[in-house]
Amino acid sequence: MEITSSVRKPLVTGGKTIHDVTEDICRHVEGKPTISWLLALATSLGVLTIGAYALFMTVWEGIGMWGLNKTVGWAWDITNFVWWVGIGHAGTLISAVLLLFRQKWRTSINRAAEAMTIFAVICAALFPVVHMGRPWLGFYWALPLPNTFGSLWVNFNSPLLWDVFAISTYFSVSLVFWYIGLVPDFATIRDRAKGIISKTVYGALSLGWTGSAKAWERYETVSLILAGLATPLVLSVHTIVSFDFATSVIPGWHTTIFPPYFVAGAIFSGFAMVLTLMLITRKVYKLENYITINHIELMNIIIIVTGSIVGVAYLTELFMAWYSGVEYEQYAFLNRATGPYWWAYWTMMTCNVISPQLFWFKKIRTNIVATFVLSIVVNIGMWFERFVIIVTSLHRDYLPSSWAMFTPTLYDVGVYLFTFGLFFTLFFLFAKFFPVINMAEVKAILKSSSEVSTSKEPVGTENVLKPSPKEV
Amino acid sequence: MKKNSYLVGVYNDDDILLKAVKHVRESGVKIHECYTPYPVHGLGHALGYKRSKLPVAAFMFGILGTSLALLMQFYMMGIDWPMIIGGKNYTSLPTFFPVTFELTVLLSAFGMVITFLVISDLRPYGKAKVFDLRATDDMHIMAIDLGNNKDGADAIKKVLKDSGAFEVNEKTL
Repeated sequence: MEITSSVRKPLVTGGKTIHDVTEDICRHVEGKPTISWLLALATSLGVLTIGAYALFMTVWEGIGMWGLNKTVGWAWDITNFVWWVGIGHAGTLISAVLLLFRQKWRTSINRAAEAMTIFAVICAALFPVVHMGRPWLGFYWALPLPNTFGSLWVNFNSPLLWDVFAISTYFSVSLVFWYIGLVPDFATIRDRAKGIISKTVYGALSLGWTGSAKAWERYETVSLILAGLATPLVLSVHTIVSFDFATSVIPGWHTTIFPPYFVAGAIFSGFAMVLTLMLITRKVYKLENYITINHIELMNIIIIVTGSIVGVAYLTELFMAWYSGVEYEQYAFLNRATGPYWWAYWTMMTCNVISPQLFWFKKIRTNIVATFVLSIVVNIGMWFERFVIIVTSLHRDYLPSSWAMFTPTLYDVGVYLFTFGLFFTLFFLFAKFFPVINMAEVKAILKSSSEVSTSKEPVGTENVLKPSPKEV
Repeated sequence: MKKNSYLVGVYNDDDILLKAVKHVRESGVKIHECYTPYPVHGLGHALGYKRSKLPVAAFMFGILGTSLALLMQFYMMGIDWPMIIGGKNYTSLPTFFPVTFELTVLLSAFGMVITFLVISDLRPYGKAKVFDLRATDDMHIMAIDLGNNKDGADAIKKVLKDSGAFEVNEKTL
């Protein structure tokens, strides 16, 4: 019984049967590591090692190793923090918001996008922890733990503390959401496993899942409610990140537009990162039938929408600076566009406002090379956005005698490299040992949303058409 | 552990399984459980399962999170060590909202997921009762506990075949 829509494009092409889905995804988990995978892992481990030296020196000597000074107390560290957190947002958007909106196309990309979320949040969390200077005392500064100073508690009025709660809740809820989705797929791998190691490991990971109707019913309830919880959660996370800036009185930060503008920017950069990763994974793992041009186009449309929101937000900021009549605010924006950091501002403007508009052309948004290039351009732009917001607002504020410039040191660059190494190492390990596509969910949509199978008849059809009780 | 013998019907399509469940139940055979590679909508209803009460658990844990977060913040900031910060009140509800919201979500999500794992008996190294290895690949499995049914194995086999199963196996677990 095939039901195909004449309006919507198929989500899975190539006439895949349910068994094909299992084969196509499990093959990569079960096979021996390929040379290209080993090379990729070695490269990311190399970057990780170089970065680890910079990270070690920063923790050992203190954050004086960075280019920060009294005026510019936040620079690359917080830029990188906001950038990584923002990237993470797309994963939750795909798995939670699109689930609530019943968007079936999310099924082939949600697994990898959620993995990206988790790894990106790990990278993000590193920066505030290191920035504390003495991270081994960080637990007392960041969490309300009883201590021998009184107990002297943390300050619940501080947006920085809200951030601690927001990021850690976001990380743990995303991890649980991701893991619950993985359990049925781990069971598939367990039931196919031949070796003793894979039997033991996937046996443990699959938690004894059998796929019983009762468990599936509860699983669906849990997914739906987790999606309902994760949706306001993801919006709250970047809202609270923007509060780190918006609740202060620094010109260029003290604006009410920050929460929506940050959330849109986060989704914008997150989808770009999903595209960067998925285009490579799709190519290497030959998943063209699961992540189709249709998927890429839909993601590019989200990039146009969020990119345009970001563009409108930039213009609104300029308008508000002029309209408010506050000279400090006006100077902050004049300084951004024409001051010593003008190149950062215009890089941001080009990459974030102009480049996503190219996706209005169908030729460009359905072109894989163009999409790949633009997805990287967008993330460069979003990094510069955070750099511009943070550094240009700080380096010249109310007191001209305190004005200063910021120049990164090699250790700033090194710690950033460390997070790249960490992110890609984790992602490559994920891509090898975990099923990169949610098999169970793709199987569930196969009937309604795949290209009609022409050649392969499912096994045992003849029996279904005319049951033969005589055989029994 | 006591071993039971089961009859295992194998179906290759979820629509056939859904009809089969109805057919088998109408024939007076008690179904032990069905196993499918992906969620089949309406299967729980067809098997006569009640709707899961997990949303209630999630809500209760959420309320617990809200209360604990508010109690914690008012106790720490207002009672245990009040401090004037920026000339503001010791305590204020609006600035406590973000942490309260996050803890509500955290407890609600974790409470519900832990409840789900416990009631579904899912745990590391939990022994999976596998009737047919294809149940996690592409086949839908209906298991019938022979000890629970009055009818003989042959009669039930016939019912399963009639319902569209393309394979009926016996399995002792």
